[in-house]
Amino acid sequence: MSGFLDTYAYLTLTEQAILTLAAMVLVSSFALLAQSRVVATIRLFALQGFLLVVVTALVALNTQEYHLFYSAGLTLLLKVWFVPWLLTRQARRLGILRDLDSLLRPGVVLIAAGALVIFCYSVALPIQRFAESITRDAIAISLAVVMLSMLMLITRRKAITQVVGFMSMENGLFFGAVTATQGMPMVVELGVAFDVLIAAVVFGVFFFHIRDSIESLDVDMLNQLTEVDE
Amino acid sequence: MSEFSSTLLTAVSFGLLFAAALASMLVGRRRLWITWLVFPLMGFAGLAALLAAGVVLLGNPGFDSTLPLGLPWLPWHLRMDGLSAFFLALIGIGTITSSLFGPGYVREYLRGPYPLGLLGLMTSLFIIGMELVVLADDAFSFMIAWELMSVSSYFLVAYQHHQPANRRAAFLYLLMAQIGAVLILLSFGIFASFGGAFTFDAFRAIQLSPIWASVAFGLGLLGFGMKAGMFPVHAWLPEAHPVAPSHISALMSGVMLKVAIYGFVRLTFDLIGTLYWSWGVVLLIVGSVTALFGVLYALMQNDVKRLLAYSSVENIGIIFIGLGLAVLFIGAGYPKLGSLGLIAALYHALSHALFKSLLFLGAGTILQQTHEHDMGKMGGLIRRMPWTALFFLIGCISISALPPFTGFVSEWLTFQTALQATILESGVLRAVVPITAAMLALTGALAATCFVKLYGIVFLGQPRSRRVKHAREGTSGMLWGQGLLAGLCLLFGILGAPTVAILSRVVAGLTGSHVTSATAHGWLWLTPVAPEVASYSGPMVLFGVTLALLAWGAVYLLLCKHRRLKPIQRGPAWGCGFGRLTPNMQYTGTAFVMPIQQIFRPVWRVHEEQQRELSTELRSHPTQLGYQLQIEDITWRWLYQPVVKLIQASARKVGLLQTGNLRHYLTYSFVTLVVLLWLIS
Amino acid sequence: MVDFLNPADWVFVWLQTLLFVLLAPLFSGWIKWLKCLLQNRRPPSLLQPYRDLLRLVRKDVLLADNASVLFRGAPYIICGCTVLAASVVPLLVLHQPISAMADVIVLVGLFALARFFLALAGMDVGTAFGGMGSSREMTVSALAEPAMLMVVFTLSMVASSTNLSTLVEHGLQQQSVLRPSILFALIALIMVAIAENARIPVDNPATHLELTMIHEAMILEYSGRHLAMMELASQLKLTTYAVLIIDLFFPWGIAQSASAAGLGMAVVAIAVKLSLLGLLLALGETAVAKMRLFKAPTFLAMSFALAMIGMLSFVILESSK
Repeated sequence: MSGFLDTYAYLTLTEQAILTLAAMVLVSSFALLAQSRVVATIRLFALQGFLLVVVTALVALNTQEYHLFYSAGLTLLLKVWFVPWLLTRQARRLGILRDLDSLLRPGVVLIAAGALVIFCYSVALPIQRFAESITRDAIAISLAVVMLSMLMLITRRKAITQVVGFMSMENGLFFGAVTATQGMPMVVELGVAFDVLIAAVVFGVFFFHIRDSIESLDVDMLNQLTEVDE
Repeated sequence: MSEFSSTLLTAVSFGLLFAAALASMLVGRRRLWITWLVFPLMGFAGLAALLAAGVVLLGNPGFDSTLPLGLPWLPWHLRMDGLSAFFLALIGIGTITSSLFGPGYVREYLRGPYPLGLLGLMTSLFIIGMELVVLADDAFSFMIAWELMSVSSYFLVAYQHHQPANRRAAFLYLLMAQIGAVLILLSFGIFASFGGAFTFDAFRAIQLSPIWASVAFGLGLLGFGMKAGMFPVHAWLPEAHPVAPSHISALMSGVMLKVAIYGFVRLTFDLIGTLYWSWGVVLLIVGSVTALFGVLYALMQNDVKRLLAYSSVENIGIIFIGLGLAVLFIGAGYPKLGSLGLIAALYHALSHALFKSLLFLGAGTILQQTHEHDMGKMGGLIRRMPWTALFFLIGCISISALPPFTGFVSEWLTFQTALQATILESGVLRAVVPITAAMLALTGALAATCFVKLYGIVFLGQPRSRRVKHAREGTSGMLWGQGLLAGLCLLFGILGAPTVAILSRVVAGLTGSHVTSATAHGWLWLTPVAPEVASYSGPMVLFGVTLALLAWGAVYLLLCKHRRLKPIQRGPAWGCGFGRLTPNMQYTGTAFVMPIQQIFRPVWRVHEEQQRELSTELRSHPTQLGYQLQIEDITWRWLYQPVVKLIQASARKVGLLQTGNLRHYLTYSFVTLVVLLWLIS
Repeated sequence: MVDFLNPADWVFVWLQTLLFVLLAPLFSGWIKWLKCLLQNRRPPSLLQPYRDLLRLVRKDVLLADNASVLFRGAPYIICGCTVLAASVVPLLVLHQPISAMADVIVLVGLFALARFFLALAGMDVGTAFGGMGSSREMTVSALAEPAMLMVVFTLSMVASSTNLSTLVEHGLQQQSVLRPSILFALIALIMVAIAENARIPVDNPATHLELTMIHEAMILEYSGRHLAMMELASQLKLTTYAVLIIDLFFPWGIAQSASAAGLGMAVVAIAVKLSLLGLLLALGETAVAKMRLFKAPTFLAMSFALAMIGMLSFVILESSK
């Protein structure tokens, strides 16, 4: 019978679960890209964070790198609870929680996203060949999550959804770090976590300032800030 | 003996066609000649061609001959191998059926302003041209035959030249045919400049460097693609096919497009020989885009023949997907799977030749009986022309790739080839190939929608105009032509395994790899790779469907007595409270595809216009409502108009040279002379 | 290849198909029964669908004035194609001779053939409703069919086969393998099954509300035995999809050969799994509201995207060399 070499079936169940969750993280990225309601975007972001927590815990189990449990806990606290809570609160106070930030051409964006995933895969192939880790396939996924988040940053018009895109990009990097290299050193991780925290707070302050200065959270309106007279 | 018989039969075919051409020139006033002499001659020529091809396809060797025609140092080489024979058979079938159909159809031209002799002459030359193309074995005779085919078909498209739209379509066709011919010529030129000879044998012997091979491939793809109707160079096709007489449309769409495919296959798989997988990716992308684009535009058409023309674009895309898979697998080092892809492509070429000819003949019958192009005026024809309706239904089922008819087998084979992509080393290819398959699946589903629309609006429901209400069935010749094709659609849908066995022999001549596994389990089972991987049995599916029809018959017979006592009640359908149903209450073609138009909106340039006149007394009560929709081909705006603008702008620049001053012209001559002298030195 | 000429096997094929056809009304009755219970209504008997069908068969046929021969033949063809499709899907035992007749792609093709005639039959009389139903049905299927084929492609790439028996056997061998591709394929297939069988949230089988109906609009003009056949075909289609989902994703318990013990086990397994699936469907239909018709394409595009991601995750995560 023709076919491929089915090495996947010989992985342990934990490893299979890690890869399955990796795919789910990718799906959550797609969903983030396609979702137009602000509140749903925030919820999806929380879900993505939760998937990351589970992946981290599973990797910790699988590799016996128990410090990863701390990362998992930190992520749970920060990305599943705090940042979504903060964003939701601010959105509610700004009165944009139920707003739509719809894509101009959802079909084209999703096709582009699919092409990006294949592109990331082809780029990641040589890296995978050298990597020792069993979960090296996840590198492509991590890269794809980063790329999709960037695409989200490009295609969105509301500042709040852009922030979610930015955070999701960080998720992609974190995911890559956890699966490919069993996590960064604790110091770096704490630093990054702190950065995310600060970023969330600073963005929150910014929202109000942007709204006060241009009376909208539509980033396309920021062109008005140009000093050149047309 | 057999070699002799195929040569003889081919010669007979050509002889009969020349006789037909001669007879048409002599027709003059004797118009009955065309029905009783020219068309039968062409029909027998087609039969002879089919037999000649059949002899070779059944495993006998072909022939190889040199004719004392052409240039003194370059006689014409003719050669028949499996590939030529396969396409010659397609031409034969197309010729036979359109000559059966023709006599009845041209009756309406008898009292028209157009000379029938010209129609016969050009049709004969057209068929001669196509037969010569598939037999030519050197670049020179190939190009002559190609031009003969193009120019004679130009006259056929322009046949009803009193309408300006027809002249415009014909000119566009000629223009694009000539550009395509130049590209093909350039592609051959690359071979000739490296090998120094013009015969295909010499071409085969040359090993082009990858870059030159790619250039030759690209030129060939564009040149042959232009003739075949590849996106985005398909623009002539939806213009030219609808305006030609219907049996010519059937020949052009069913057969001539396949001749272009033949040229491409000959160039790529035979002459170039060494294939690169990256070409396969190009073909896959081109094929999927062409298929999807074609079907989406076909969906939006309301002119029956225009819809069929766009659907031809779609099917050419599917053929290109098969070819792309073949190139990709061969380039990646899997010749067996490559052969399977090529078989799928050729099978689809055969399928399309059958069902598209059938549908064009059906459209011709409708056109002749109702004098309507617009679907919006038809409806209910199944009651007026039951046989045409039956054959047209078979065509629609086949083209929608539904079992147990022929379109399904070829698409199924394409799917099966694509699914073998898991063995490829390159991960990106492994991802790209199934996505192509997904596009093909989408295309197939949309095609089904398109043909439900076509059949439902034209044949079902209530007649939407008076002429359609009084339509009558076509002549028996017209019905026989369609019936023959419908029968073949069913036959090739069922006999998948024997057909693949023949195609496997044809393909093995090009790729050197037999697909023996496909037919290893007898004529009943088609197993492309291995029986546990996939199998399909057309005869058994047909058996199942036949059982259902038998059940219908049984119920009918059982209730016969009951029916005599108490006939089936008929009553008016509910008219939604507006009294009886009127034809205006039915869904129109535009309405039918409106949801799809909303989904795929960016694909078309849509011009919508709504008129609404409200009554003066009651503002909410409209007295007249109107809705107009125009679908414009997007390539006109994005490709053709910019090119036209560019040419016009550059022509204006060149025009500056024409100052009208004599001394300037003398200066040009002087400068030219100096430059030439410098070049020579 | 399996021995095709063994008459005993063919008898078994006929019996299994018969069982399939007989089971279909029961399955739909079961879903109706559960839905009634969940919605605090008094449920009809489980056998009500049988009674309905029998009553329809006994009634006389009433045709519209201008109904053509296609209108009268369509129920037989639709019902026949659906039965043919059902006969291919392994209900109790794998490796029957008929499973070689058609693989999964042919199965999709058979459903498509039935749909083709259903849509044409809807347009035959020329009422506005019929055309509306056909247009909507073809739109939904134009998006659902590719999604279904994507699911099929993903599964067949995993198992290197499109043959149903081989697919199921592969699933049996790899029961403990957790694959992202299969997971997404499952979700996508469920969504496709919902759309194809005209269930909530895409269509509501229980109403004749003119603005929203899809399937019912097409069969509005049918009566008597014709209507009975249409009803049976749609019940059978639902059951076939259910069994297909069970076969492809939860194959435990299906018999590898026709032994008495294996058969008994298979009957129990399929009964339990079908009733659970029916329960899930009833729960879903009770909890979810029907969505707007314009949302249906988004729903189907989602299932297509999921199937696509399933395939991609197979290529990226599971088959690298």
